[in-house]
Amino acid sequence: MHIVVCIKQVPDSAQIRVHPVTNTIMRQGVPTIINPYDLFALEAALRLRDEHGGTVTVLTMGPPMAEDSLRKALTFGADRAVLLTDRFFAGSDTLATSFALAQAIAKIGETFGTPDIVFTGKQTIDGDTAQVGPGIAKRQKLLQLTYVSKIAELDLAARRIKVERRAEGGVQVLETRLPVLITMLEGTNEMRRGTMVDALRAARAEIVTWSAKDAGIEDVLKCGLRGSPTVVKRVFAPAARSDKAQMIEIQPATRDTADALVAAIFGGIAGIEGDLVELHQTL
Amino acid sequence: MTDKPVTPAAPAAGGSRAGMKKELPEHFKAYKGVWVFVEVERGVVHPVSFELLGEGRKLADQLGVDLAGVVLGPPGEGTKHAVAESFAYGADLVYLMEDALLTDYRNEPFSKGLTDLVNTYKPEILLLGATTLGRDLAGSVATTLLTGLTADCTELAVDADKSLAATRPTFGGSLLCTIYTLNFRPQMATIRPRVMKMPARVEKPVGRVVSHPLAMVEDDIVTKILAFVADRETNKVNLAYADIVVAGGLGLGAVENMQLVKNLAKALGAEYGCSRPIVQKGWMPAERQIGQTGKTIRPRLYIAAGISGAIQHRVGVEGADLIVAINTDKNAPIFDFAHVGLVTDAVRFLPALTEAFSRRLSPHNRDKLAG
Ligand SMILES: Cc1cc2nc3c(=O)[nH]c(=O)nc-3n(C[C@H](O)[C@H](O)[C@H](O)COP(=O)(O)OP(=O)(O)OC[C@H]3O[C@@H](n4cnc5c(N)ncnc54)[C@H](O)[C@@H]3O)c2cc1C
Repeated sequence: MHIVVCIKQVPDSAQIRVHPVTNTIMRQGVPTIINPYDLFALEAALRLRDEHGGTVTVLTMGPPMAEDSLRKALTFGADRAVLLTDRFFAGSDTLATSFALAQAIAKIGETFGTPDIVFTGKQTIDGDTAQVGPGIAKRQKLLQLTYVSKIAELDLAARRIKVERRAEGGVQVLETRLPVLITMLEGTNEMRRGTMVDALRAARAEIVTWSAKDAGIEDVLKCGLRGSPTVVKRVFAPAARSDKAQMIEIQPATRDTADALVAAIFGGIAGIEGDLVELHQTL
Repeated sequence: MTDKPVTPAAPAAGGSRAGMKKELPEHFKAYKGVWVFVEVERGVVHPVSFELLGEGRKLADQLGVDLAGVVLGPPGEGTKHAVAESFAYGADLVYLMEDALLTDYRNEPFSKGLTDLVNTYKPEILLLGATTLGRDLAGSVATTLLTGLTADCTELAVDADKSLAATRPTFGGSLLCTIYTLNFRPQMATIRPRVMKMPARVEKPVGRVVSHPLAMVEDDIVTKILAFVADRETNKVNLAYADIVVAGGLGLGAVENMQLVKNLAKALGAEYGCSRPIVQKGWMPAERQIGQTGKTIRPRLYIAAGISGAIQHRVGVEGADLIVAINTDKNAPIFDFAHVGLVTDAVRFLPALTEAFSRRLSPHNRDKLAG
């Protein structure tokens, strides 16, 4: 069995600070991590491999330094890593990203064997769109299983897979045929600690590095900014409310402050006091 | 939409492309009208669809075009109801695809169905709720149509040249960005539940319904639904639709202090929630997170304690009627959008506030006040 896991290197959002005056992100020195949602996909893939045999290939599109994320994935136990990097990819939106990744997955199929399952995380923490997974599925004509909370059964001989999928108001139990694309829900497993052996292997591993051309992409107009139908036209800071907050500033706050706040709240929302009194009588 | 982290430090990246706007290709000029995908689950319309019909109505009026509800479902009462409700919430017409294969959501029939409808009737704007269903469907349909899709918009507008301006928060900063789909149609966007206001429901006769066949048989669909396990009522956290919400942030400093938030919520019969770092620390479960990647709330009263008010949090709470912020830093961004601000230590103040509410609300004291 061959599984491809798409991962993305993202800035560690917990470490991001915004410049108080210019409102811009201060990126200097912000460490990068594997998009946390992708780790659930990677762990799910590793478990399937451990149980059924086969290989796990991790794939990322990004700048050359995205290699760090791939090496990290290798330390967790992935077997092979592919870095898709080219200046043509700069500025890709989700449509252009899914195009490039789908092409790379096709090339991975030709080179290392057709994947049975392609995994992605539910979404990234930076773009936050959840659109790349479905995009890859459509382009690669893979059946699409999003928000998967559990892989219940995999029957390689019959080429069937059964999963649980988070839906609105409940969980769907779905069965479909391989090959599939799965986007894995967060919190559904816990990433293993890599072994020493994997760490040593990862440090020495050769990362397969492909340009657009290497990945068989002939039409670079479908990549990057030019391949992206969406355009970011304006970046701006949200306006402050015109009526500035009514500020109560007392240190330390006293019982009177609390009473004053309750009065302000009850004065501020018509009818809420009566509703709460009623509620209290039923409590 | 843009999965690229928008780098506000270099706005020229967006700007350079913005200048490239060409005229809309001729074959896209025929695309007219605003569509809202009406999400029906087991016979019930998801409220986000009504919220989007309300927003779609405004866009359609500005453009001078029709607003259409798009209903895909099995023949029967639930679907009929969804059609009627689409009119009650402002649709001028409904595109209807009725087929037993559309009973429960599966990507294959729904993405084919919606794609066929778009290709046949050509809307200029297509809105979907950013639910698990809407996001699954929108990503497929936009890829098949090779058009732009902007996720989780917090504001929609029509600009001077009649294109859709979709605004959403950018990554990591206290910034918003406006995204256009310039040379492709339809312009697609998803919007999360509760981000848009619920419009008034006005009883209206069912208007024009355009029926279109799915043209698929069960054998065409590979994925089978073996079972559906409904969530137990008790598991549901009803933050999105709660009347009063109390939330805590990192400023509370310790997991024990989450109890202070819960205590105040309990005294008010309210729901409680938190900012994202609290979930990341494991101090509250993910379904309690409020904000762009958590729940969007529209309560009458929102009390935020020890929350700085980052844009990703702000967009989830701005619909509240009254926002009360408790924060030690008088320059915290939350005071830019709170109505009442309290500059003080929330760890000490929350118990005092809980008591003050209880004092004021206890029947005993009220009798005394009245007497
Ligand atoms: C893609 C993306 C999506 C995100 N989605 C969300 C989301 O859905 N929801 C969300 O909340 N965040 C989200 N975030 C994170 C967001 O950017 C902020 O990091 C987060 O909201 C900050 O949480 P906080 O206010 O609790 O913590 P902080 O920003 O650390 O603020 C703590 C505040 O507490 C105050 N404080 C300190 N001590 C006290 C005290 N004793 N009493 C009172 N106040 C005190 C401080 O002055 C400070 O203002 C997202 C980020 C990204 C990049």
